[in-house]
Amino acid sequence: MADSVRLTTPLTDDVIDGLTIGTHVTFSGVIYTARDAAHKRMIELMQRGEPLPIDLRGQVIYYVGPTPPRPGAVIGSAGPTTAMRLDPYTIPMLEAGLKGIIGKGGRGPAVREAIKRYHAVYCIAVGGTGALLNRHIKSAEVVAFEDLGTEAIRRLEVEDFPAIVANDCHGGDLLEAGKRQYRTSPRPIPTVQALGG
Amino acid sequence: MREVPAELITETVARLAIEATHFLPEDVEDAIRAARHTERSPLAVQVIDEILENAQVARERMLPLCQDTGTAVVILEIGQDVHITGGYVIDAVNEGIRRGYREGYLRKSIAARPFSARVNTGDNTPGVIHTEIVPGDRVKVMFMPKGGGCENMSRYQNFLPGMGKQAIIDFVCETVDISGGNPCPPLVIGVGVGGTAEKAMSMAKHALFRKIGERNPDPEVAELEQELLQAVNELGVGPQAVGGTTTALDVFVDTFPTHITALPVAVNIQCHSARTKLAVI
Repeated sequence: MADSVRLTTPLTDDVIDGLTIGTHVTFSGVIYTARDAAHKRMIELMQRGEPLPIDLRGQVIYYVGPTPPRPGAVIGSAGPTTAMRLDPYTIPMLEAGLKGIIGKGGRGPAVREAIKRYHAVYCIAVGGTGALLNRHIKSAEVVAFEDLGTEAIRRLEVEDFPAIVANDCHGGDLLEAGKRQYRTSPRPIPTVQALGG
Repeated sequence: MREVPAELITETVARLAIEATHFLPEDVEDAIRAARHTERSPLAVQVIDEILENAQVARERMLPLCQDTGTAVVILEIGQDVHITGGYVIDAVNEGIRRGYREGYLRKSIAARPFSARVNTGDNTPGVIHTEIVPGDRVKVMFMPKGGGCENMSRYQNFLPGMGKQAIIDFVCETVDISGGNPCPPLVIGVGVGGTAEKAMSMAKHALFRKIGERNPDPEVAELEQELLQAVNELGVGPQAVGGTTTALDVFVDTFPTHITALPVAVNIQCHSARTKLAVI
């Protein structure tokens, strides 16, 4: 493994300041899982002025819906899901103090701008490596929306969970920079992005 | 008439569901390993290494390769001399999906009502099941646990009949370009050209069952496949879209005669966890 920056949660502004795109990082400490259905509910709670089931300040959310654990196991396969699907919910989460996100794939322009504005960081874990990532999850406990099953909010204790900084608080965008660097195609880079995934 | 009990189809589907989600096909793993040596981006090589390590961990510890164990797509090629006994074949397949996803500790990812009450059906059924009648007295069961990330990047367009090959290349490249990291590159890309809208998409999906490196027997189509692979890998998207020279492992094109007014093109994308498994009963 190449040089890696070891992060512990919750994240502080100083630490986030030092992160730039393309840096390999590892997370240790507590992170929370949430994906489509849990985000939808949290936004509805915010809109009604009700408290959220977790205090987002300084926290990291991991976009994942794990497979069920085998008997005696902590969790099943647990890799990242497509982040762009969560774009419509992300800005209020950042407003509420969320500092770190782990997912896969790129973010839309509004979220990229918000990550910079709210001094946060978006990291990608390698999609489709849920078996490998399982080994870095030491405990898992459902803390909200249990009825959502795989989509419930879980509190995970992780150790050296690997990821790559994709959008930093300085406005850097790894996916855009990477594509430019390795593109030999004469085709212009499209300005539109696909939705969801 | 050869009799095939429905229960045997159920057992086969359940087994394929578990095997497909845990064991990366050898040709796919070999292609990813080969890409490690041609990839120019060091960060992309690191991503490839994690993918290879994941395949090993999945197989050794019996953990699904990916938490998205997919929509269960099943294609049944049923010989016309087969008589399925003891139940309706579609029910038998769904029972196999139910059993495989339960016994394999696979994620159930099917929402019952697509645009309203998105309640999970709880057992990953119904599968998306296609049946084809073929010569002979065998039943070929083709299983693909199809992840949402890549499936959602599928695209279809009909072009003007005179637009030819260039329209196909441009459309495939644009699809891969705008999909970015969502479908989990490096990709396997299925392309259906011709027929009608549903025929084109069906061919694109079917093509994904080919082995990496297996060219279309028609030389003209095989040449298009190679041109597409090169054009896609020039885009710079790279593994997980971190930038790199390995955006796709292969491109498979299938064609069918089409209407004089039409040039249908369908793209069905598969992620690097290109999970398929076959059995012949």
